[in-house]
Amino acid sequence: MKPPIFEYFRPKSIEEAVSVRADHDYSAILAGGQSLIPTMNFRIANPTAIIDISRIDSLAEYRIDDSQIVIGAMVRQRDIELSDSVYKVHPLIRETLEHVAHVPIRCRGTVAGSLAHADAAAELPALLLVSNGCVVAHSASGARIIDANELFQFHMTTSLADNEIITEVRIPVMHDDAGWAFLEFTRRHGDYAVAGVAVILRFSEDGICEESSIASCGIGSRAVRLPEAEAVLLGKKLDSNIINEASQAGKEYVSAADDTHATTEFRQHVLSTILSRAINIAKSRARYGSE
Amino acid sequence: MSTRTFGERVQRNNDERLLTGGGRYVDDIPLPGALHVAFVRSPYARAKILSMDTSLAKSRPGVVEVYTCNDIGALDTEMPLLIPHPSLHSPKTQRPLARDDVFYVGQTVAMVVAVDRYVAEDATRLVDIEYSEPQECNIEIEEAISDDAPRVHDDVPNNVAAHCIQVSGDPEEAFAKAEHFTKVKVRVDRSTAAPMECRAVAARFDSVSGELTIWDGTQAPISVRGGIASIFNLDEDKVRVIAPDVGGGFGQKVLLFYPDELLVPFAAMSLSRPVKYIEDRTENFLGSTQERTQIHEVELAANKDGVVLGLKDNFLHDTGAFIPYGIAVAQVASTAIMGPYRIPNSRVEYKAVYTPIVPVTPYRGCGRPHACFAIERAMDQLAEELGLDRFEVRRRNLIGDDEFPYERPNLLFADGLAVIYDSGQYSKALDMIIESINLEDFKAKQKLALDEGRYLGLGLSFYVEATGIGPYEGGHVKVHPITGKVYVNTGLTTQGQGHETVFAQIVADQLGVSPEDVILVEGDTGAFDWGVATYASRAAVVSGNAIHMAAEKARNIVLEAASNMLEASVDDLELQDGKVNVKGSDVSVGLAAVATACNPLRYAFNEAAQAATQFAPAARSDEPALGDGRAPGIETTEYYAPPHAAWAYGVHAAIVEVDPGLCSIDINRYICVHDCGNMINPTIVEGQVMGGVAQGMGGAFYERCEFDSEGNPRNANFMDFLVPYATEVPKVELHHIETPSPLNPLGVKGVGEAGTIPVAPVIASAIEDALKPLGVEKLHHVPLSPNSIYEALSVAREKNII
Amino acid sequence: MKKSQIRPDYPERSDDPLHEVNMEVNGELITRNVSPRILLADFIRHHLGLTGTHVGCEHGVCGCCTVIIDGRAARSCLTFAVQADGSKIRTVESLAQDDGSLHPLQEAFKESHALQCGFCTPGFLMSIVSQLEETEGEIDLSEDGIRVMLSGNLCRCTGYQNIVKAVQSAAKRMYKTN
Repeated sequence: MKPPIFEYFRPKSIEEAVSVRADHDYSAILAGGQSLIPTMNFRIANPTAIIDISRIDSLAEYRIDDSQIVIGAMVRQRDIELSDSVYKVHPLIRETLEHVAHVPIRCRGTVAGSLAHADAAAELPALLLVSNGCVVAHSASGARIIDANELFQFHMTTSLADNEIITEVRIPVMHDDAGWAFLEFTRRHGDYAVAGVAVILRFSEDGICEESSIASCGIGSRAVRLPEAEAVLLGKKLDSNIINEASQAGKEYVSAADDTHATTEFRQHVLSTILSRAINIAKSRARYGSE
Repeated sequence: MSTRTFGERVQRNNDERLLTGGGRYVDDIPLPGALHVAFVRSPYARAKILSMDTSLAKSRPGVVEVYTCNDIGALDTEMPLLIPHPSLHSPKTQRPLARDDVFYVGQTVAMVVAVDRYVAEDATRLVDIEYSEPQECNIEIEEAISDDAPRVHDDVPNNVAAHCIQVSGDPEEAFAKAEHFTKVKVRVDRSTAAPMECRAVAARFDSVSGELTIWDGTQAPISVRGGIASIFNLDEDKVRVIAPDVGGGFGQKVLLFYPDELLVPFAAMSLSRPVKYIEDRTENFLGSTQERTQIHEVELAANKDGVVLGLKDNFLHDTGAFIPYGIAVAQVASTAIMGPYRIPNSRVEYKAVYTPIVPVTPYRGCGRPHACFAIERAMDQLAEELGLDRFEVRRRNLIGDDEFPYERPNLLFADGLAVIYDSGQYSKALDMIIESINLEDFKAKQKLALDEGRYLGLGLSFYVEATGIGPYEGGHVKVHPITGKVYVNTGLTTQGQGHETVFAQIVADQLGVSPEDVILVEGDTGAFDWGVATYASRAAVVSGNAIHMAAEKARNIVLEAASNMLEASVDDLELQDGKVNVKGSDVSVGLAAVATACNPLRYAFNEAAQAATQFAPAARSDEPALGDGRAPGIETTEYYAPPHAAWAYGVHAAIVEVDPGLCSIDINRYICVHDCGNMINPTIVEGQVMGGVAQGMGGAFYERCEFDSEGNPRNANFMDFLVPYATEVPKVELHHIETPSPLNPLGVKGVGEAGTIPVAPVIASAIEDALKPLGVEKLHHVPLSPNSIYEALSVAREKNII
Repeated sequence: MKKSQIRPDYPERSDDPLHEVNMEVNGELITRNVSPRILLADFIRHHLGLTGTHVGCEHGVCGCCTVIIDGRAARSCLTFAVQADGSKIRTVESLAQDDGSLHPLQEAFKESHALQCGFCTPGFLMSIVSQLEETEGEIDLSEDGIRVMLSGNLCRCTGYQNIVKAVQSAAKRMYKTN
């Protein structure tokens, strides 16, 4: 289980990185390496060029603007998880990150790297989706923004072009009256999700659900939003019937075939359970969720 | 240090080394210039090899040699069948490198030797093996035995390797007389030991001395040495096999031979360079042996009061593509099926079935977890059918304290010896677990929980384990003349069981020294080369007693010599604090001085020798320096061969909460009452049991080796083969009973496998109990999983209540 | 068959390109030339000879190879040596004092019988040490909290219970907490 040989590049700037990227047909970006290197050790991925972006200083920072959290592509998951300033404006991020593998993995793994890897069962794509976040991608011809709902195409496949590099992740801050929850079901602590859900809810002062954002991972070929479930909640007071209805609606999004951990039917069962539990938690945390 | 250390919680005496990075596992042995091995493995379960071309791989820079079956001379033959048996009518073993046919995905086909493992792996992809279309295969043992099933081996019809029937008492009469019959069909799935250190072999050939040295992460270095010497046609004394620190074994490392164990020494000799093979995790799943799949159909014939008169068990045992270890696993299962229960009449019939997947050899438990699952699930069902309490049904069948030794006439254990339970207090164990659970309190809590919509359940399971089997082991004890330290050898290896500590305790007690001053050297044929191996929970019993006997003999030599030196009667002497004292006086002589005096030298080159000269000679004054029949020094060797196995036992229980929404479980309490005879060191015993329970949890709920219908492994990695983390393993509450074994001087029984055996039935029983209000189906297939619990809740699903 | 008595001309190394790396390992500065694909675990073990760091799965699940990179736990099997260029690495060999006295966590492992075969132990030690240091002991030290801290490291021998005990007792000693 040793990785194949590759050409190694360690650019100092984004410009240099995108130019190396442009010159190589099958390059891979190395940030934390926690998703890439295992696939190389199994020789599932055999990139001919590795572009190590760890020496591009500008990518190692995160900042919080009025409206969004901007996370550079080299920022480690553990930094964001432990950041009180991030927690203050978007508490769901910490709750989600606590479900990502284990501490030593999060110490090396980056937020952007997990999104770029786009494992269908990974937690962070669901976080980006539920938060209406986006990534900034650079190539030799400039930068573009890719919204979460366009980014994830398929298991381990994004809409990123071969010559592009994710340089930033942008996550809008959460309204301070919002309620949130991330729940997942795994076989062991820290495993990829058999099913996971991220929920953000806002309510009017009289307890009517005004904003409903729900995303899920582990249930198909990519992380997805669950618009049918969101729709059930919108404009309603969330009693147990409504929540149950939403969790039933969520089941329809389960498209994963039977695998070693779950059949499709069981995955639906699990999803509906964690969805209704997550909605309840988000509701209880929202300022007006309990009227 | 005069207190007895036997039975004390003595801290382990080699931990400091392991804690500071000083462990020496095979890959840590410095071998300058070593070459590295990687294997080309079969991508198909059954296929013909049409052609092999290694030229491209050989031309890869850094590659030294590439071998196929055509390049390995006399090694190109079937490897040995280790344990033949009359009922094993169609034994098949594999070749080091496949010739003409491959029989399972992962079978070794070619071997690359290169300057490092990275390049070796590159080159495996350049070896061009052309295969036929993969042949049809069937890995389901129930289907594989049918007449029209595809054959793993062309000349083995129905894929049956062995067929065995064991009968005790008169089962037909028992079944004719009985008032009630309980039938269960249970299945235990395939698993693997998954030691944290994968297997590893390194070899160096010294062309000057003609000595071949092999470092092998094996449980059986002496046996490996014997085999290598005969296969390579070398003198045994020219082959030294060392098992250095070994990172867990659990049975997987006892097989001889794995292809690499022959091919690595072969390459080292052919290439005149040290060669290493460090198995990686994928290879451990593909090429190292596995265990567990058995399907049992058990029928109990009982009276209405729950007393079981007879048992019939018909089971199939999956042996994988080859059967190098014979039928040991199935044979153990066939004799463990009656558990701790009297059941005087039985008929057990089994077939060992070839399947085109990784071969099977014993894994911690070795047939017992399977048998235990079958009988304990059957006992639960018997209780339910008769409307009796699960504990009470067991009580009515337990062998009584006064019934030992309890023989099961005509049954033969895996060692070919009689099945005679030597001692135990089974009812006491049951009482203890009932008390620890606080049964009444539990029932109240269960009811309360149910009112809140929570599902609590209680599960239990007994187990028995035949431990400490022969043939024999030895113990060698030598008191060092300069330091007075005691060196001890035996023919075993340790993979973390604490031999160095418990054997030290045994010796310390005899010689009156501190256990830290007793140094065990094992796992090295250069140090001691009589014995068998570490397996079957036998180390403490077989080596422990041999070492005890050798230490006693050494003690007698010390006493006799000191008696001469101190001119005092042996009866007036005591050994303590590393000295021999004359009781009630301040006259004493140090052990080092006694050892020195026992080696009558001419030169006083150290303090011990100078001290020794202050005393009378160690020999009797009327004898020469070495008395009649005496050897120099204090050095003894003894051997112990048990008459038959010593039977350990215990009972486990768990209180489990099941969340029907996720079909997940939360183990509130896990309780374990066990008896392994006299305990040498309770801390180490507990470590063995707790570790065993964790592995049992794996088998109960997490770990399953999965294959698709074409024999391809589906989860050959640690992401999908779920070894539990700390978050998945319960805290274990332990209670000890010590019923000495009458079979050996120390009164000990083995404990290595005990913890693993009953966990699956405990968990299944608890989940079933918890979900009874929802109408759960029988949980007769392990490992369980949230998904399988969900499947078992069909009634609740149909009613839409989960 | 008579074997040639002339020593064959075997290659000494592969044709992988080499990159210079500089690191501080256990307080010592080192410079080496390595292939970019050499995993940090192999580099530490075979290039530096620090074999206390073990390799158990090479895909990040078992945690045997855990070391501390720049103050934080990391899988050395999921890190290329070239990535660690310029970093400070701590391995299990750094824990005990120069005079041989054990780190409180090592001491607690010994007292609690928290190891058997010892193969997973260095990974546990480095992971726990980094998490205790990172939080200065302000971490959930309940039984459940410690089990979460330990998740990410597999042990096949102990059943974890004595490791939990060892962490509790070490944390008490290190941070005088209850």
